Amino acid sequence: MPDYNEFLERIFAIVKPFAKQGIILNEKSELVTELGLTSLQVMELIEQIEDHFDMSIPLNILPDIRTIHDLAQQLEKLSQ
Amino acid sequence: MSLFDKFKPIIDIRAELDKVGVMPFGAVTEKILSPTEAIVNGQKVILAGTNNYLGLTFEPECIRAAQQALAEQGTGTTGSRMANGTFAGHVALEQELAAFFAKRHCVVFSTGYAATMGMGSTLAGPGDVIVLDADSHASIYDGVRLSGAEVVRFKHNDVADLEKRLRRLGERTANTLIIVEGIYSMLGDQAPLADIAAVKNRYGGLLMVDEAHSLGMLGAHGRGVAEAAGVEAAVDFTVGTFSKSLGAIGGYCASNHPELEAIRFAIRSYIFTASPSPAVIASTRVALRLMQERPQLRDRLWSNARRLYAGLKELGFQVSPQVSPVVAVTIKDRDQAIAWWSQLLHHGAYVNLVMPPASPTTDSLLRCSVSAAHSDAQIDSIIDAFAGLNPAAAHEASH
Repeated sequence: MPDYNEFLERIFAIVKPFAKQGIILNEKSELVTELGLTSLQVMELIEQIEDHFDMSIPLNILPDIRTIHDLAQQLEKLSQ
Repeated sequence: MSLFDKFKPIIDIRAELDKVGVMPFGAVTEKILSPTEAIVNGQKVILAGTNNYLGLTFEPECIRAAQQALAEQGTGTTGSRMANGTFAGHVALEQELAAFFAKRHCVVFSTGYAATMGMGSTLAGPGDVIVLDADSHASIYDGVRLSGAEVVRFKHNDVADLEKRLRRLGERTANTLIIVEGIYSMLGDQAPLADIAAVKNRYGGLLMVDEAHSLGMLGAHGRGVAEAAGVEAAVDFTVGTFSKSLGAIGGYCASNHPELEAIRFAIRSYIFTASPSPAVIASTRVALRLMQERPQLRDRLWSNARRLYAGLKELGFQVSPQVSPVVAVTIKDRDQAIAWWSQLLHHGAYVNLVMPPASPTTDSLLRCSVSAAHSDAQIDSIIDAFAGLNPAAAHEASH
């Protein structure tokens, strides 16, 4: 199964088109408050990750995710 | 920082609408004239956004039954179904609904929201899994969030995606609740229920179908999408509302599972709220009977749906994917949608304005719902009101 870094790399690639222009992504980037993702875009992001890694991501993890790091960490946990 | 910060987006939208002199949310119906006409925000309009699908809200027999119940049983039950709030009428309605759905058990709730939210929050719990259609109604989302179960979405009406998710669950499908709707409230599209039932039968789990927008509309007896698709046996729980085709307020869950009789006492939205008033129960019971006695209402509804759908499509609007009593026009630009909602009202047609996140995508909707009570002339007037707009502008991207 993919590890933290593989998840991270994929998240960067998927988030990039959603993020506000001119923002440089890093692990600490906050998806909603900093990158400006709407709730619909967050769900689209989740769907794209699910499709890419052929996995189901429960909605229950979303309240614990603020940053790209949080997301990658949760995905790694799910895949274990 | 304050408690109010999180409401800023709503406050901003309200201020914006106020500035342009439009208030589509909570528009006041100053006088209701009939199932299809009212004075809204000072305008006499044809109602094309009320979910009053069979037009039974002014049915004399329903009104007489409600008046009699009001006089004989009072204005309210003042208590929970679990305590003093179960009257003979509540029990009779449950039996009549069970007979109508050809199921052995039925529970009546105070609202449709309480029914879907309550069932979603109670059937599955910690350690269980809920797999739901991504476009599910807010009441379903609210319920599953409260359940404590693991919640997974599948892509709207995508049976292959549902199958993929059930396959990944392996043996856990034994503890899985699948939730879909019959007709989806925003775009009016139907669930591919025959395929969903086949996947459920292959992988296991229980299936709950919300027929809120399909009761009285589909199937030989009007039982909804499950009946129309011939898969009622695969549906474990049918939930829905009295506030649309039955013209009142309340909700239900029907099932063949005997456990439902015990489950009702675990549903917090059933226990910790007052039961429906006797007048509501009385009018609902009559409406349920009339719906069965008058299949012509269903025919009339679909005839009106086809007329409106064809008319708006011909004008060049981007309408829902399939003909349905819900006809939604998609508009890319939110400001355009707001302006058009207001113009439609001035042209004599009340429709629902739906903006993200209530709409299933980032687009806005002008959502129409037709009624069996609409005349051909009224449907044509709604189409005429839309004709005064510029369909080409609906496809332009947001700026």
